[in-house]
Amino acid sequence: MTRRPASWLPIYAALYVAFLYAPVLLLPLFSVNNSATPTLPLAGFTWKWYQQLAGNRELVSAAWNSLAVGLATAVLATLLGICGARAVTRYRFRGKRPMSGLIMAPLVLPEIIVAISLLLVMLAFGLNLSLVTVTLGHVLICLPYSMVVLMSGFDGFGLSLEEASADLGETAFGTFRRVTLPMVAPAILSSLLVSFTISFDEFIVAFFLSGTDPTLPIYIWGQLRFASRLPAVLALGTIMLIGSFILVTIAEILRRRAVRRTQTDGCLFV
Amino acid sequence: MIELRNVTRSYGAFKALDAAQLTIQEGEFFSLLGPSGCGKTTLLRMIAGFDTPTEGSILIDGQDMVGTPANRRPTNMVFQSYAIFPHLNVEQNVAYGLKRLKLSQTEEKRRVDEALAMVELRGLGKRAAHELSGGQRQRVALARALVMRPKVLLLDEPLSALDKKLREQMQVELRHLQKSVGITFVLVTHDQYEALAMSDRIAVMFGGKIAQVDTPQHIYQHPVNRQVADFLGGMNFIRAKIVGEDERAILVETAGFGRVKTDKPGHFRSNGGSATLGIRPERLRVLWDDEQSRHEVAGTVVDRHYFGEVTHLVVEIPGFEAPLSVIETNNFGADDIPVGAPIRLAYDPDALVALAD
Repeated sequence: MTRRPASWLPIYAALYVAFLYAPVLLLPLFSVNNSATPTLPLAGFTWKWYQQLAGNRELVSAAWNSLAVGLATAVLATLLGICGARAVTRYRFRGKRPMSGLIMAPLVLPEIIVAISLLLVMLAFGLNLSLVTVTLGHVLICLPYSMVVLMSGFDGFGLSLEEASADLGETAFGTFRRVTLPMVAPAILSSLLVSFTISFDEFIVAFFLSGTDPTLPIYIWGQLRFASRLPAVLALGTIMLIGSFILVTIAEILRRRAVRRTQTDGCLFV
Repeated sequence: MIELRNVTRSYGAFKALDAAQLTIQEGEFFSLLGPSGCGKTTLLRMIAGFDTPTEGSILIDGQDMVGTPANRRPTNMVFQSYAIFPHLNVEQNVAYGLKRLKLSQTEEKRRVDEALAMVELRGLGKRAAHELSGGQRQRVALARALVMRPKVLLLDEPLSALDKKLREQMQVELRHLQKSVGITFVLVTHDQYEALAMSDRIAVMFGGKIAQVDTPQHIYQHPVNRQVADFLGGMNFIRAKIVGEDERAILVETAGFGRVKTDKPGHFRSNGGSATLGIRPERLRVLWDDEQSRHEVAGTVVDRHYFGEVTHLVVEIPGFEAPLSVIETNNFGADDIPVGAPIRLAYDPDALVALAD
């Protein structure tokens, strides 16, 4: 007994999806358009905006900055996430509920407020604004995402696997290496990818906390003042879009594989 | 082999296990039997080293194990969920514990093969964990523990996830396996038939306390109290008047059974001159036509339940507060006795036991 949806629903859905994705799809379209202004009608195909990117020294250095910040953020957020997720899923302790709530809070806090408070605190501590401060800010933002991914990784497999390992003579460290780590490896990878992606195109926190070394989004923001550079920015945006899409897809595939793998474990009673 | 001295595990005011005293012999198949929450699993986990007693000591081979972590105890466990490592295949699962022993490749392989043969999984070594059926997972868990050659094998409700046929087959196999390897097995179960069928001895537990420890036959025939009697199969309870008592026996009188002399159970206290007598339903026998017995009671069939190989009759006896339940095999036509029919039952006075409340 499945009811047929109302006839206007497909139209609504199509409009909705168009609203979501059409602007984003215009980006790659205009990035290969042989015209200095992004207007219709199209003026013919060109790769030249992409070729311009490679020769731009400022841009390349901004890209390296973003890469470094992204990698450092991914590793730090994931390391902290592993500890946090393990504590929340494995142990009972006082203040567990408020603690896990607080770790998730940056998800809903206005980013600009977070950025300003971080700026104030870092200046108060006398830290010079640099890529290090950006990384610290990004870790704070990425941690909730990392926690969510890792908690589902740890939750998925029962305590009895670790007990079985200990029972068979393995030490706590050996158990972590031989059982826990392989079981949560997909979640760890997925957390690394998600954190990297978030950090790589994050703007607000980077805007407040970066010193003289811009990250890629900040460089792009700077370029938007010059109309002539817009097509190159579109080309850069397209590359970032495709890169993010690939990374997030890989992360999601890994997460699902982890869930499937842990669920085929002996949990016959669920 | 295993000695529990006054083992207590409390959570605040709640005692999951209360001063357990127990000795398990070497090579014995020992079962901890009781309803859920009776403390049997807590006890097993303390022997394995996953839980620590708040008081008392646990000795294995004369050595106090309290404070020794699970990975350094001479015990191995078959978990209720089997806990097969999902990222390893059958062979790797079985070899998991051997890796730490740093055996030669050939020796390790030999022991893995031997363990797989023992549980009849020869040739399945390369199977992935998720390709195994419930029964096969159970065998892998067993092989993985036995390959370590433990002094004690602990089994936490290992058969509860299997269907009935497979469970009965595994009961027989486990029993044979235990006899052939000669390792002490400690089994936790809530299934009384499983415990009766497999064990050399059983400890029946209620509410964190060990109520009775004995052989299956003795525990079934001579339960110390009403609770044990009721948990292990069916039992008819009859109020009786105490008419005589000495050190070892009591003489009781009931309306239907007349005067009977029974052994006095350990904790028995005469309760205002009355006692509870118990008789198992299968120890009552239907008397046909003009068949006579020295010990018989007469009554009326008030209900009948057909179970294929046996029929359960509910028989009201004048003078008894509750009707008697009788189990008859169906070879003489017990399934044809109509409700409301008069009936005579033979009993053996030795089958009547006095029970502490």
